[in-house]
Amino acid sequence: MDAEHAVDGWFVVDAGGDAHLLGARCAACGNVSFPRFEGFCRNPGCEGTEQEEVRLSRRGRVWSYTNAGYPPPPPYVAAEPYTPVTLAAVELAGEGLVVLGQVVPGIGVDELRVGMEMELTCGPLADGPLVWMWRPAAAAA
Amino acid sequence: MSVRVIGVGMHPWGKWGRPFTEYGVAAARAALGDAGIAWTDVDFLVGADTIRNGYPGFVAGSTFAQALGWSGARIASCYAACASGAQAIDIARTRILAGLCDVALVVGADAAPKGFFRPVGGDRPDDPDWLRFRLLGATNPAYFALYARRRMALYGATPEDFAAVKVKNAAAGALNPDARYRKAVTAAEVAASPVVADPLRLLDICATSDGGAAVVLASEDWARRHAGRDRGPAVRIAAVSTVTPRFPNTVLEMPNFATDSSAATTPPERPFRASIAHAAYEEAGLGPGDLSLAEVYDLSTALELDWYEDIGLCGEGEAEKLLRAGDTALGGRVPVNPSGGLASFGEAVPAQAIAQVCELTRQLRGEAGPRQVEGARTGIAVNQGLFGHGSATILTR
Repeated sequence: MDAEHAVDGWFVVDAGGDAHLLGARCAACGNVSFPRFEGFCRNPGCEGTEQEEVRLSRRGRVWSYTNAGYPPPPPYVAAEPYTPVTLAAVELAGEGLVVLGQVVPGIGVDELRVGMEMELTCGPLADGPLVWMWRPAAAAA
Repeated sequence: MSVRVIGVGMHPWGKWGRPFTEYGVAAARAALGDAGIAWTDVDFLVGADTIRNGYPGFVAGSTFAQALGWSGARIASCYAACASGAQAIDIARTRILAGLCDVALVVGADAAPKGFFRPVGGDRPDDPDWLRFRLLGATNPAYFALYARRRMALYGATPEDFAAVKVKNAAAGALNPDARYRKAVTAAEVAASPVVADPLRLLDICATSDGGAAVVLASEDWARRHAGRDRGPAVRIAAVSTVTPRFPNTVLEMPNFATDSSAATTPPERPFRASIAHAAYEEAGLGPGDLSLAEVYDLSTALELDWYEDIGLCGEGEAEKLLRAGDTALGGRVPVNPSGGLASFGEAVPAQAIAQVCELTRQLRGEAGPRQVEGARTGIAVNQGLFGHGSATILTR
């Protein structure tokens, strides 16, 4: 059984252990949203009302990245002792989306650069539940 | 037909530990005094809401009206994140333009907590602003830092450029009695400050402050009939832009987890920030070449550089060149943030956009003292905040 997810319905872990972000695709115009948006399409030029769940690409390229030098305030639960959390915004070419996520522990900003390939995984927050995370694709190979 | 700014007033920015209402009333009284009119002359009061101060902050219009003494004036309250003050000005302006009132007072004030802004309390998993903290620990500076890093990667900006923005703005702020930080800062001090969100350091990021600002607006007719009460050259609002993004917005914005998708649609000609300024230029019939000065929302030093391009002072990727040439410093070709900017003020959200307009007004009147931009005729004030809010206000004399 999967560990508890920190948010419902935003990602799944398949039988092989791979994490997938769950988006929604408009049946009418093909626009993709993440987090999943239900009902009316957000493309103002589309009258679509039906969205189908899609798994987003597991790989993308770094749009930008940063870290949190100080423990973020609640409702974030910071680990003690605190080590800076790294964040990456990753561009998924197929979906035309940039998705923000934590980078797996142990990877600092010095190991990232804009344009490098990343891969989706997941990992636990300090208080246990899982979130999606990015890791350098090379490290996953 | 246009609307005049006939009075401006501020409560100095700082960390005073007093209720926000006090700052707002002090600023309002100063603005009324500046205009030479009484509170009871005001037909309409618009309050820019503060979301951190509970019930009275959510109904800022009535809170300030009561604190000034119920006068029967009509009121409105509005929330638009960082653009709250500008939207409040626009609401007052449009009521005057509609001929429904002659004199309006616009007030914004905040009492900000120490440290990072955090979301409204409670367990609220349906609120992206709550979730971004819960799931990612993504603070506001994290988003500023993403933009800063991208600027470095795309245009070769350096941490030294970012520090130079702070040095420039601190030098201007040192000359402003309403600023919170009033001392010069060196590049070495910026470089020695701790990293908050790589590549941004503490002195690259604006603080959160207490403060209050107010403006009195009047119809052209009323201002003319009360000639002598208006001070110095007549200052007019040439435009207020409060446009929202166009789909698909391909820039990752606070407090979002992702951009819109550009898979099925073509991104707009101008990204959001540039579109805010563009709409104001169109409304005013002016362009970047007409500017004497600009007040831009420097939530971070790096973001100020983005704004140079967004308001058309230079082409994409050229902001560093402008900065290094001294064009945007006091005494330069088009000074940016002659008030000292958020770098010197720290952000008092609902007051900030109004404070920008106070600075433009003082500059256009020639009353900015040692930070005066010589011969200032046209100024723009711009900002962007959460949830697709932003504004650009153009003033002329």
